[in-house]
Amino acid sequence: MNYADLFRVTLPETALEVAALLVLVVDLGLLRKAVLKTRVAVAALIGVLGCIASAWALFWVLGDGVWGYGLPNSHEALLISIFYTGAAQAGILMLTALTLALLIGSDFTKHVGEYVAVVLMAATGGLIICAAQDLLVIFIGLELLSLGLYILTAFAKRSEKSAEAAIKYYLFGGMSAAFLLFGFSYLYGLTGSTNLRQIVLGSITANASGSPLFYVAMVLIAAGLGFKVAAVPFHLWAPDTYEGAPAPAAAFIASVSKVASFTLLISIGTAILHAVRDAYPSGLVTAFSYSGPAPKFLGLNYPWMVTLALMAAASMVVGNLAALAQVSVRRLLAYSAIAHAGYILLGLAFFSYSPRSAEAILYYVLTYGLTTIGAFGVVDVVQRATGSDRLDAFLGLHRRNPVLAGVLLILFLSLAGIPPLVGFWAKFNLFAAVLSVSAGVVPFALVALALALSAVSLYYYIQVLKRAYVMPAVDETPIKVHPVTMIVLVGIAAAVVLLGMFPAVLQGWISSFYPVL
Amino acid sequence: MLSLTIYISFIGALVVAMLPAKPSSMARILALMVAVAGLVVAVAGFIADFGKGLVVLTDKVWVPSMGIHYLLAADGISRTLVLLTGLAAVAGVLFSWNIELRTNEFFAFFLALIGGVYGVFLSFDLFLLFVFYEIAIVPKYFLIAIWGSTRREYAAMKLALYSFVGSAMVLIGLLAAYATAGSHSTGLMALHEASRSGALPVSFQMWCFPLVFIGFGILAGMWPFHTWAPTGHVAAPTAASMLLAGVVMKLGAYGCLRVGIWLFPHGLDPWGFSIIGIGSWRDVFALLAVIGIVYGALVALVQTDFKFVIGYSSVSHMGFVLLGLMTLNQIGITGAVLQMFSHGIIAGLLFAIVGRIVYERTHTRQLAELETMHLSKRMPFAAGAFVVAGIASMGLPGFSGFVAEFQVLIGAWTVKPWWVAAAGVGIVVGVAYTWRALQKAFFADKLPTASEHPHTGWPAFAAITWPEVTGVALLAGVSLAVGLYPRILLDAIEPAVKALLAGGGQ
Repeated sequence: MNYADLFRVTLPETALEVAALLVLVVDLGLLRKAVLKTRVAVAALIGVLGCIASAWALFWVLGDGVWGYGLPNSHEALLISIFYTGAAQAGILMLTALTLALLIGSDFTKHVGEYVAVVLMAATGGLIICAAQDLLVIFIGLELLSLGLYILTAFAKRSEKSAEAAIKYYLFGGMSAAFLLFGFSYLYGLTGSTNLRQIVLGSITANASGSPLFYVAMVLIAAGLGFKVAAVPFHLWAPDTYEGAPAPAAAFIASVSKVASFTLLISIGTAILHAVRDAYPSGLVTAFSYSGPAPKFLGLNYPWMVTLALMAAASMVVGNLAALAQVSVRRLLAYSAIAHAGYILLGLAFFSYSPRSAEAILYYVLTYGLTTIGAFGVVDVVQRATGSDRLDAFLGLHRRNPVLAGVLLILFLSLAGIPPLVGFWAKFNLFAAVLSVSAGVVPFALVALALALSAVSLYYYIQVLKRAYVMPAVDETPIKVHPVTMIVLVGIAAAVVLLGMFPAVLQGWISSFYPVL
Repeated sequence: MLSLTIYISFIGALVVAMLPAKPSSMARILALMVAVAGLVVAVAGFIADFGKGLVVLTDKVWVPSMGIHYLLAADGISRTLVLLTGLAAVAGVLFSWNIELRTNEFFAFFLALIGGVYGVFLSFDLFLLFVFYEIAIVPKYFLIAIWGSTRREYAAMKLALYSFVGSAMVLIGLLAAYATAGSHSTGLMALHEASRSGALPVSFQMWCFPLVFIGFGILAGMWPFHTWAPTGHVAAPTAASMLLAGVVMKLGAYGCLRVGIWLFPHGLDPWGFSIIGIGSWRDVFALLAVIGIVYGALVALVQTDFKFVIGYSSVSHMGFVLLGLMTLNQIGITGAVLQMFSHGIIAGLLFAIVGRIVYERTHTRQLAELETMHLSKRMPFAAGAFVVAGIASMGLPGFSGFVAEFQVLIGAWTVKPWWVAAAGVGIVVGVAYTWRALQKAFFADKLPTASEHPHTGWPAFAAITWPEVTGVALLAGVSLAVGLYPRILLDAIEPAVKALLAGGGQ
């Protein structure tokens, strides 16, 4: 291991950073006098190209057989680039590119260069989180992402709501970072390492898991990460942020940040697998099936499962029920995001030794990110045309812009989990993974709860669609949409339909990151 | 060949959706062509495979990692119900010929619903069946909410939520069966094998069966989960009521049979104890079916709205289907399947007469108001058609309803005679409510007073149009044909039921 490897492994991140700097140089230097439209187009274009370059680098690294980077002379991985990581990183790049593409039709800020640069840097943070296998690297990635998100939330400088949302988000976020760090420090104290695998091994050998401090660490970490994924009871920031942030920023928060945070949770769950494989080269682990006694660790032990399952159940219930009462579509999307986080946490609570769960969770969170970016895109267009994101702003949308209404129909039905759209398959796959881990009464009950609540969720999604399609229009002037925005939105809707009809495609792609060992 | 019905309908829906809103006749004619094409394929498939057992139409691996196949197949039961769907689709288009509001969207949703229904009847993979089942939910919502009448948004939402709750229950059952069987397949045959070989333990079937049965039963209008049906039927535009009663409720009953009874047969085993004579899920559901028969009929007897009479009569008639399923014997289940077909045709006809022919001209469905209109003289065609439909609905010999209900009752008699006694009450009340509606709506001799009817002479009603005549002739003709020569369908249904009960594929 040497630093050349480090550069190679972090090539995707580097590409994004270079793109971020390039955007700043071009926008603040070369295009200072240009009209806003040109600047937005150029900045977004550079951003999208940066994402493409980064993705290309990612696949080049993987094709090169570089599986990760560790400290010199040690087996402790700092960053890995295979398994779920590659899929998650590629997903993040894809979603970032989409949010940037949606920026082209938007005009909420004059500071385009800064905006795109911050988005790219935050995305870099997301990439690092996905790959990180060490508590310190994880924390750096999280902070890089979070700081970017705080700035993005506040980016509509003339909007009071934006500022308020950013302050709330920042205060909650700072608090949760403190919790997380506190929890990390306990883990380090108990096991003597900051590396996820070493922590697992340490917890086996030193029997640290018997210590009450271990549970304290666990709860603190659950609280910190629960904030990131907006799980109840750490969700309070989400509705305000989703409502106050500029729409492209909200879409970024709802998608990329979710992907990164859930990938981190997968890392924690999966660390045990790698640790056990390293520790016991033969016998115990054959092709990812582990049948020995379960070592006690964050990822899989009982209290951690209970914590996650409780958060999952609470998120599903609170998210879905609170969404029923919303009149702002953005707040509705926020509560629906909380509910979706609950479903995914269920998959994490019953996490399997095989890649099955990780794949199902990635599938869910990636497709959810895609759908929700599209949903925010539509809401943004409607909001700019009508000046409001309330339910009534959608009245008569099918007359004002039938294509936009069609996109909204597809995306919202997918969020509700109606086949043959991708949201249904994601849910089915996730719950099947949960039940494949454990077919006991509790997982059945939780899955039943989730499905019952997704029946509830249909009600509030239909509330929006009802206004778009059923109720009479107040204003019938057509809504004009920027052609790029329209292409992106229609593309997202088409992807939601096609991925739902051919679920094996994305699934095969995700599992292609798991080389046969 | 039958799988074409699905593709024709969905492609038709897409094309119709993309048509310009004006002129509306384009969407209408195209929709009729699509529906007729579907019917032609259904009839051709029915004839071509007549007498054959299970015919696999398409089998492609869909999701390899979970063993999900895109498996379309049809046995006699499926073919019969596909035929019903084709008939209902054509009749539905004919009876919505006068839709002028957003015509293209109406027919797009209509055809999408039809496509989903065809899909359910032809799926032999549980996952695929579920996908088609849910596809049918959304168009129903929009059809009722946009084009409906009385409290349409409420009724549409109620229907959508009831359906979605039911399908959530089915999905739990599907996931549970998949996880428990461990056969790494969602194929109905594979799961059925698992159930036979004991991979799905009896204790599992005991809780999974009622879950799935109620889940599908909600859509079949099983008492006490039927309350979506009357409100939905009444609020829906005519074509949607026809489809709801005609085929959508059959989706539920079909699911009860194909998924509930076939995959989880041990769910019907006795519990080992009994409370007031109820000693198994079979007794429970048979009781619910009988209550549905009697309750639906009694409630229909006191309705003041003509369409509600038909709505509640659907609950009553679907009770016969569920009762037939619970007999678990050859003749009872054959009767149940035939009743699905028969009720689909007859209920479609009734809704068409009430909602399209009468309501579109009188603009009221209140029996008290219709009483004053002398409809038998002013609309003899409607009166004649309703007499025919009413006779068929009452279960008089010569029409399909008689053959079906008779078989259900024979099947039930061999199991528990008191079921038949109770259901007999339902039949008698059925005659009463049909008679009452017929008399009040068409043959009342209550003349309006001068103040109630200020005009001199009767305002003329619009003439009966050709789509209405064709539609009535089609549905009444089919019911009569099946009633006079039931073997056309029975020869297809009986072997399939036999195979289903024997527990094997054919």
